[in-house]
Amino acid sequence: MELYQKTVFELSRLMNSREVSSVEVTQSFLDRIKEVEPHVRAFITHTPSMALETASLVDKKRLNGDNLHPLAGVPLAIKDNISTGGLRTTCASKILENYIPPYDATVFKLIKQVGMPLLGKTNMDEFAMGSSTENSAFFTTRNPWDLEKVPGGSSGGSAVAVSTGMAPLALGSDTGGSIRQPASFCGLYGLRPTYGRVSRYGLIAFASSLDQIGPFAMNPADCALLLELLAGHDPLDSTSYPGKVPGYVSSMEERLDGMKVGVIKHSNEKGFDPEIKDAVTKIANLLEKEGFAIDQVEMPRTDYGLGAYYLIAPSEASSNLGRYDGVRYGFNGGGDNIENMFSRTRGEGFGPEVKRRIMIGTYALSAGYYDAYYLKAMKVRTLIRQDYETAFKKFDILIGPTTPTPAFKIGEKADDPLEMYLSDICNITDALAGVPSLSVPAGMHSNNMPFGLQFTAPPFCEGRLFNVANYIYRNRDPLLPERPPASFRKGGTE
Amino acid sequence: MAIDFRKDVEHVAKLARLELTKTEKETMAGQLSDILDTARRIQELDTEGIEPTSHVIDFPATMREDEVGASLPLNRVLQNAPKRDNDFFRVPRIAKSGNDGQ
Amino acid sequence: MEYEVVIGLEIHLELQTQSKLFCSCSTSFGKEPNTNCCPVCLGLPGSLPVFNRKAIELAVTAALALNSSVQLNSRFDRKNYHYPDLPKAYQVSQYEKPIALGGCLELEIDDQVKKVNLERVHLEEEAGKLIHSGDSIIGSDYSKVDYNRAGIPLLEIVTKPDLCSGHEARLFLEELRMLLLYSGASDCKMEEGSLRCDANISLRPMGSKQLGTKAEVKNMNSFKAVEMALNYEAERQRQILISGGSVIQQTCHWDEEEKVTVPLRSKEGSSDYRYFPEPDLLPLLLEEKEVNIIKSVLPESPMDRRLRFQKEYGLAKSEASLFTSNRPLGEYFEIVALKYKDYSNLARWIQGDYLYQLREAGKSESALEPDKLVELLNLLDNGDINRPVAKELLAEMVRSGESPSRLVNEKGLKQISGHDMLLPLVEKVINENPDAVNNYLGGKEKALKFLIGQVMALSGGRADPGEVKKMLISKIAE
Repeated sequence: MELYQKTVFELSRLMNSREVSSVEVTQSFLDRIKEVEPHVRAFITHTPSMALETASLVDKKRLNGDNLHPLAGVPLAIKDNISTGGLRTTCASKILENYIPPYDATVFKLIKQVGMPLLGKTNMDEFAMGSSTENSAFFTTRNPWDLEKVPGGSSGGSAVAVSTGMAPLALGSDTGGSIRQPASFCGLYGLRPTYGRVSRYGLIAFASSLDQIGPFAMNPADCALLLELLAGHDPLDSTSYPGKVPGYVSSMEERLDGMKVGVIKHSNEKGFDPEIKDAVTKIANLLEKEGFAIDQVEMPRTDYGLGAYYLIAPSEASSNLGRYDGVRYGFNGGGDNIENMFSRTRGEGFGPEVKRRIMIGTYALSAGYYDAYYLKAMKVRTLIRQDYETAFKKFDILIGPTTPTPAFKIGEKADDPLEMYLSDICNITDALAGVPSLSVPAGMHSNNMPFGLQFTAPPFCEGRLFNVANYIYRNRDPLLPERPPASFRKGGTE
Repeated sequence: MAIDFRKDVEHVAKLARLELTKTEKETMAGQLSDILDTARRIQELDTEGIEPTSHVIDFPATMREDEVGASLPLNRVLQNAPKRDNDFFRVPRIAKSGNDGQ
Repeated sequence: MEYEVVIGLEIHLELQTQSKLFCSCSTSFGKEPNTNCCPVCLGLPGSLPVFNRKAIELAVTAALALNSSVQLNSRFDRKNYHYPDLPKAYQVSQYEKPIALGGCLELEIDDQVKKVNLERVHLEEEAGKLIHSGDSIIGSDYSKVDYNRAGIPLLEIVTKPDLCSGHEARLFLEELRMLLLYSGASDCKMEEGSLRCDANISLRPMGSKQLGTKAEVKNMNSFKAVEMALNYEAERQRQILISGGSVIQQTCHWDEEEKVTVPLRSKEGSSDYRYFPEPDLLPLLLEEKEVNIIKSVLPESPMDRRLRFQKEYGLAKSEASLFTSNRPLGEYFEIVALKYKDYSNLARWIQGDYLYQLREAGKSESALEPDKLVELLNLLDNGDINRPVAKELLAEMVRSGESPSRLVNEKGLKQISGHDMLLPLVEKVINENPDAVNNYLGGKEKALKFLIGQVMALSGGRADPGEVKKMLISKIAE
């Protein structure tokens, strides 16, 4: 077994016992990137020398006998909308193609503090708007299970990097499914933490009241370990939660006897793949055998989530993206007066999906429409939150599909934004409610594509998600592949 | 009743400072009408007396004390500036050129 | 037809904090361009705002000083518009739920008290500064942006349309400035832009309740400019109405050189700021307790101080006003008054010779130790020195800080008084000036003044002129 195939806990143990160095571990991932990256194209920016430099520094500290974090020397990849001081951060947009942030996002600061080597910045949909990574201004990342399919999005690059072993861990961001949906499409664990659990400082905003940074990993324990590092109050983000961070890893093995699991009944499951629906039942049965109480839960107002989301997120985005005007940073489209400079810069600098959302948001906030669109959507958001509150009075955890289908083909939905939006249908209401939600690999579709199920817990109960995921992980089918096939195939059976 | 976004495209693009080509405007008008039609389904829900949610957070805002901290060094402030004039950011003329009244 | 002028003001004040509203950059004025900037106030992608507690306290202080009702639950909204001095393309401001509602300020206009009501008080962030390559925004090929100012906490005060002339607007601003200086909320320096004022002005037929079409006047950079601009604009509108025309709603700039209001090109389409709640900031929740603490330490208002000085010290209104508008001088007066009880005499000295000498010496209001002024006035009151000597000494004391008794001893300035001391001098002058004596006896009062002058000269200015006069009269009569 190669180093890049090992779990983070195993790598950490090996480095701690000095059987391997961080430089060796990092090199193993760098070699893997060389091998795999040309097929899938997950990275916008590669940082091999920076990674090795960090690794050798950690190795020196270890030799000194310094007290190191379990993640010290464990490399990772970061989505390219998280600010890395001195290192290009593009948001996969032409408008930020050459932007070098002069400061670090809080999560990057934490990562540097413990000495995690940065392998590179990963591809995404421009400004995290999209569900396929096709909206990157630079190139489309491919699904490693089938190169003709999308990896999901917007954090497609991060999902692919981890699922192919190019990185043991990665950071993504989730506004309305951007971690969980690609995690499902690529067959790995992806967590959207509770809103406020992880600092957003330095995360380039898409929709501020929805954006959260979260981890990708190959197993629940690795995922928990990374969240433990990221979580906590940040004085630079006044919406970050001031409460204590529990020991997610140490409590992972606790028994959850008698815990009540609610199986979400979607009132409109027309587009849902029957194999995925079956998998929900199968997993529910497994949990029942483990001593959980299972029942169905209805969330009557969640059907309106898509509508509310596609008003709230674009509204916030239209405001958040106003600043890209060619004055202080980023692309400048030229022009002989300020007005045409603004319009050219933005007209040429943003891609079609970003422009669409800016248009929707601007419209929804504009005079005469605010009450009917934006304000109404915020009220619907209250109703959706109430649905969750009611559900969590009865259940400890909710379960449902992460995505209605496995990954779709590249180009399949590119011309139909509404179809594309529907691929996040299961992810949006959690985001609106601000509750944590984890996508767990749940098997292989008969078309040889992986898919995930999604567990949702009350605010700040991420620990519960890891515990349940752990049951599933321990009971996984040993015959199913965890990683995409070594020889990357194009076109699978449908 | 379906929404016709065509009449609004021009105005909204101007508000958002987005220069759009003719084709873009046409495509967008159709797509945005569809999206807004879907979004408008939320009108079916009765929200009488419901408070809007602008934050999902229940804890109070944290504050900082009034203490001066380090600003960015000037070269970092200006490092991404597309156009500079010494230590300033430079922008083209603000008033429109030509005789447009006044 | 007779018209009346209706004016409402929008005042922007920079609050006196050390650091900016949402980041820890310094607020100090006049720094090199773009050196007080960080990711937050430059609006760099990914940065987030965090409240400055002090800014909120100062906003509450100002609101309380203005009798405005502080809202325990207020909120910040984004005001979206594109302009190069606005780093995020939105200003974080309070639209729907401001920090304070209502309020009023009382003015004294021609001995009448006028109450000017306020609409609201709210907190927002300052924008950066544009510097135009040419003389004005219109003639410039390009402009330069300095973001040092961006993010300084700004308080906006909106009045109801309660003012009815440029003069009233000016008086209101002067009173407001003094009030907020007293409260410590702002340094109110119009010349540094920390206090700015825009006005809405319209005319309506006398007695009408309905407001006329208004013009917004901007770019008034001094109180004087406010008065002139509003008077000009009122007259301009009056001429239009008298000649049967109608006023167009527009925004004008006050042209300080030409002393005229110049209409700005009307904006294409009306502005649509697309306000919505700022998602990066949670609602601002204040506790009644906090507000009460601020209220309890609120400094005395200028109006209260003026009245108190009249009542407590029996001062004239003009004196009370001076000691209010010149706050440090008033404070100095109060300290000296603890030990010197002839308040009107004290007030005369402080506003007269003392203030004059301070200006001559270029010193601050508290330059002279209060005890020394008390000592000086006591020497005068006890007849140890005479008034001209006291004036001379005060000048010396302000310059050097010396104690008056010491100066009196060193220079031998003690008043020569008493019959025995003065008699030889009086006799000498009478003997040496027979002509003058005769003239006096012949009825010429002037001659007596001459003789007094001669005695004073002989005494080196130290004699008490009153006593000398009496002695001369009686001696000549003998």
